[in-house]
Amino acid sequence: MGSYEKNSKGVKQAQAQWQSEYAQQIGSNDRVIKNISGIEIEPLYTPEQLPDQAQYLDKQGFPGQFPYTRGIYPTMHRGRTWTQRQLIGLGTPDDYNERVRSILNLGANAISLLPCNSGFRGVDCDTVPLPLLGTCGTVVNTVDHMDTCLDGVPLDQISAAMNDPSPFTLFAFMLNVAKRRGISWDKITGTSNQSDYISHFVANHMFYRLSLPGSRRVLVDHIEYCREHVPNWNPMSIVGQHMQQAGATPAETIAFTFSSAIQHAEDCIARGMDPDSILPRFTFFFDISISFFEEVAKFRAARRIWARITRDRLGAKDPRSWRFKFHGQTSGVDLTAQQPLNNIARVAVQAMSGIFGGIQSMHTDAYDEPITCPTEETAKIAVATQNILREEAHLCDVIDPLGGSYYVERLTDQMEAEILKVMEKVDAAGGMYKAVETGLVQSMIGESAMARQEQIETGEEKIVGVNCYRDDEDSGEQVATSRPDPIKMQAHIDNFKAFKEGRSQQAINKALDNLTRAANSDDENVFARVVEAAEVGATHGEIIALLREELGFGHPLIVA
Amino acid sequence: MNQPLTVTSHNLEGSPARALITKIGLDGHDRGSRIVAAYLRDAGMEVIYTPPWQEIQSVVQLALQEDVDLIGISSLATDHLIIPEMMAALREAGLDSVEVFVGGIIPEQERPMLLKAGVRAIFGPGSQRDDIVECAKGLAAESREKKQQAFGG
Repeated sequence: MGSYEKNSKGVKQAQAQWQSEYAQQIGSNDRVIKNISGIEIEPLYTPEQLPDQAQYLDKQGFPGQFPYTRGIYPTMHRGRTWTQRQLIGLGTPDDYNERVRSILNLGANAISLLPCNSGFRGVDCDTVPLPLLGTCGTVVNTVDHMDTCLDGVPLDQISAAMNDPSPFTLFAFMLNVAKRRGISWDKITGTSNQSDYISHFVANHMFYRLSLPGSRRVLVDHIEYCREHVPNWNPMSIVGQHMQQAGATPAETIAFTFSSAIQHAEDCIARGMDPDSILPRFTFFFDISISFFEEVAKFRAARRIWARITRDRLGAKDPRSWRFKFHGQTSGVDLTAQQPLNNIARVAVQAMSGIFGGIQSMHTDAYDEPITCPTEETAKIAVATQNILREEAHLCDVIDPLGGSYYVERLTDQMEAEILKVMEKVDAAGGMYKAVETGLVQSMIGESAMARQEQIETGEEKIVGVNCYRDDEDSGEQVATSRPDPIKMQAHIDNFKAFKEGRSQQAINKALDNLTRAANSDDENVFARVVEAAEVGATHGEIIALLREELGFGHPLIVA
Repeated sequence: MNQPLTVTSHNLEGSPARALITKIGLDGHDRGSRIVAAYLRDAGMEVIYTPPWQEIQSVVQLALQEDVDLIGISSLATDHLIIPEMMAALREAGLDSVEVFVGGIIPEQERPMLLKAGVRAIFGPGSQRDDIVECAKGLAAESREKKQQAFGG
């Protein structure tokens, strides 16, 4: 009786007794259970599965200490909770400004700007069918548009996430708005969200604009430029979210994302940048699925792996370079169009995984995500979900509260091993850039997506309201959809056209010539020329069209 | 190779149904279209699959050249809003016999607009493989019948 001595007679006896009773009672009802990453889940975990206490400091340690398994800061959520950063973007710049002001009035200190899908595709509003404009993001094509978006927004006091990758025109617009307002660029904080071109290429995401080599070059230019001119900005946001949404397992997602991060860091180092001058500004962006324990273990394992990669492989010496900072978004793939209010419960569970996983910044999905682009009303419920978990459920009182759980510690070790195994495959293929160029990563993700789909179809994986507990009376999808006012959108297009007519064509031509020259020279910084072109009135579509011409168009790679 | 095939009744008889699975408009999320393409392929159809971001005119051209019986459009953002425009373009090109079905996130209130434009079926998230395959087979058969009739049986 008493304490757990691994090989003591008492423990062995008690364990044998449990095993026999378990087998007897569960009988033929037992089955093999695996998590999404393919790790077999046991019915019970005991101290036997805990890491050796002698390895505690190496494997878990204390919060804020290497290898950061238990959290990257000494205080974690007890000191400061995660940033609530809801994606917003809709309609015209005026519409966006109205929404962003209302969020700031509610006390938010972080904003994000999601451009219209036409912007993602790299074209201006005057080339796109009107019904598609502003339906899923804001139509921002010029510095003036950005000025309107950010009217009344104190750029030196808020953190801004610009969801706009290579060549980062939206950020160039924002820098020019700051310049117009006399705000020093070292006061600008935030993130070039999803600046990781590799994930866009892999997941066929709409962010993918320039050719693979072109995107690679512009990203390194962007990082170098920000390091010098906007030192408190995070130019590198590496994205696992797209890959997990496209079907990668949670373990594969971390592996591919870290392999991408290594690629980006090594590209910067090859350019002559010191790892410690860039890595503290690397941030990550992940999906949080509903596989609760798997997600918690995923983030705990990721912290440990990233700390070792940055220190041992990339040679970083500054602890700020070792910390794995991530933004998480609850997974839209897990939400169902059937019985849509059930999604509120799903999002709450996903958000809990993020919180227990030690998240720094979070977006919770609105329950109508599988039905429409969320409305203001449903977005409010998503924010309230975070508030309830924090304030009422007291999830932030203890740091890494699942640490030390026999199951969670074991799973963390297993996820770590699985992640490292996948990373080895990528390394063996010559690194992430090569592995996506040849389609290796894409086919692995495709296989995982199909395998998952089969589990759902066979009923092995149950989804309430979809393949079980269906309610045939459920008329479900009755959320009102709002679309931008076509009259206002037409006026926005007309104004844009008039703006283009009224510009100094000479200044534009000069700026675009400079951009062309930079794109064809190894000694010039392309992003610096993008900022200058934006200042004289070059549009989003013009800048991207030019760079597509000079650096190659972003054609997707289709892998069977 | 780029020569449009001549559609006649005799070259359709007995050959597997041909489906074009694609995405039009601005969004690139292709997990759904890939899965549906695999479903139809596994069910014995010949599937022509394209990357996302197709122009309406390229869909029409491809449907013509590849002599498809049905077109599946996946829409996860708001690209379904230009499907009526695509339906009109198909008709204009004389492709009245090609059946169109849509999958993805289509708000309830916008479904009538698609059905009215001639879309035959809409599959939301969580749709079952068998339902999709059965529907696609039925639509392909209808398309063939229409072609037979158009060419005098």
